[in-house]
Amino acid sequence: MFTWFKTSRFWYRFGGTTPHFVLILYGLIALFPIVLVVINSLKGRRAIFKAPYAFPNSETFSMIGYNTVVERTNFPLYFANSLIVTLISLLLILFMGAMAAYALSEYKFPGNMFMGLYLALGIMIPIRLGTVGILRLIVSLGLVNTLTALILVYTAMGLPLAIFILQQFMRQVPKELKDAGRVDGASEYRIFWLILPMVRPAVATIAVFTMIPIWNDLWFPLILAPGGKTMTVILGAQQFLGQFVTDWNAVLSSLTLAMLPVLMLYIFFSKQLIRGLTAGAVK
Amino acid sequence: MQNASELRKKCPLIPSHVVVFLAPATIIYTLFMIYPLVDSLRLSFFTTTEQGTEMFAGFQNFITLLSDELWAPRFWGAFKNNFLFFAVHMLVQNPIGLLLAAILSNHRLSGKAFYRTIIFLPTILSFVIVGFIWQLMLSPLWGIARDILEFVRLGDLFQPWLGLESSALITLSFISVWQFVGIPMMLLYAALIAIPDELIEAAFVDGATAWNVFWRIKFPLILPTLGIATILTFVGNFNAFDLVYTTQGVLAGPNFSTDLLGTLFYRTFFGQQLQLGNPTMGATVATMMFLIILSGVLLYMFVWQRRVQTYEL
Repeated sequence: MFTWFKTSRFWYRFGGTTPHFVLILYGLIALFPIVLVVINSLKGRRAIFKAPYAFPNSETFSMIGYNTVVERTNFPLYFANSLIVTLISLLLILFMGAMAAYALSEYKFPGNMFMGLYLALGIMIPIRLGTVGILRLIVSLGLVNTLTALILVYTAMGLPLAIFILQQFMRQVPKELKDAGRVDGASEYRIFWLILPMVRPAVATIAVFTMIPIWNDLWFPLILAPGGKTMTVILGAQQFLGQFVTDWNAVLSSLTLAMLPVLMLYIFFSKQLIRGLTAGAVK
Repeated sequence: MQNASELRKKCPLIPSHVVVFLAPATIIYTLFMIYPLVDSLRLSFFTTTEQGTEMFAGFQNFITLLSDELWAPRFWGAFKNNFLFFAVHMLVQNPIGLLLAAILSNHRLSGKAFYRTIIFLPTILSFVIVGFIWQLMLSPLWGIARDILEFVRLGDLFQPWLGLESSALITLSFISVWQFVGIPMMLLYAALIAIPDELIEAAFVDGATAWNVFWRIKFPLILPTLGIATILTFVGNFNAFDLVYTTQGVLAGPNFSTDLLGTLFYRTFFGQQLQLGNPTMGATVATMMFLIILSGVLLYMFVWQRRVQTYEL
């Protein structure tokens, strides 16, 4: 039986239609729930239950769910908060990470090994485990319910991996280039500025690994900044969804709204995103 | 001419620009990650008195957590659930990821980018969104899951899985697998396409079948990547929180059947309806999670990585 399986035509047809069949099947499994939520968010309540698989038409089309969400919540503010936190954290991670990675990959100094290992610890140890300490620290700094608290924590969270990845890229920059700068009398800071644009390909990889977890995080907004003014999209959606479980229109619409920015970014940048991911994996 | 690195060897101190380059990252990382982590570990050896002062308690918190009749069932329950959660990921997520990666790495396959994009899509969504989407999909009220089962003539199997003590955890594990299949798929795909063509062609010329080429040549070469996927899954699973919190609430119902270490940590630290939060016991739970994750990582680094041969290609 097993030998039959190994030598059967199934494997010969691996270049034929079988792979497409498997991929389409799994693609449907991945896509179906998401599409279903999006199309039903544009329908009236009756149509959601009567014909969940139909696309909205002139009869069933309704924005009532979106109206509820817009009236009851402050989604634009949540978006702004998420955007500010994610982008500032990313910028800090990239800049500070590049500086540290440059120091580690370029200079031989006592403790280089140690610093490399110390900064790499955070790749494997999740920052969440220090939450008790983080909350105490944020309270003592008076930063509870501020976006600053989130930015600082996310920056610390993203740095280890960013430094690790940037180091690989920094090492690939030809040494002649830096030495040429030194011969011309450029300072070490100037040389850093000159080679910084050369590690641009690393940005995509780092963005994938840091931006998505920051944007999607529920834990730290819930603990450090649960207030209405600092609420992020994910926390806002979570609280709103919890309150409106029975209002199907509102639930479907807020899910769609919360997904929309990530989905749009993904559609535009999926190529870079996936290239970044696979480049990071090869390393 | 003396080159720069020789010059540097002559001065024993760390040059100032190195300090400047390292300082910002090191300060933020130490202050907001390492210090709180150490502070949490320290707090797990303390207890708060009624006056609100901290008192050294030795291993008392750990003894309570692991053996007290109120605490121990919760901890060991979450511990067991967490392992089951991880086991489902290993048995379902990684094999599916491997299968998809193997198919996608085929040269002649058309539409690769399209498939990759779609299959990876759930991975970029938040747990919160994924949790709610599946709550709706599985809801008996909406009946989507039942319709699908009826479509494949298995309608009788439908049950409100998320609400049943016997199936809630497995269902959540599958939801998480649905979301994260993209990660092992991408990692393994990248490893597979890095294998030189000559190697594969040589094997085919020698008369190997596709089956043998995969298991005898490709699989050993991507084994290190499978190890990375495994340890990433392990670390992710053992601090999972959002999915259970979103779909089952802070009490990880029904009857704690979906309680993971992450939800136990949150409940202990912040309290729930009737019970007050307890930072020192919360820190104790976090320390246990730390030890579990650390042992996993060390096992990976010192046992797996030493045993598995990595081939330079």
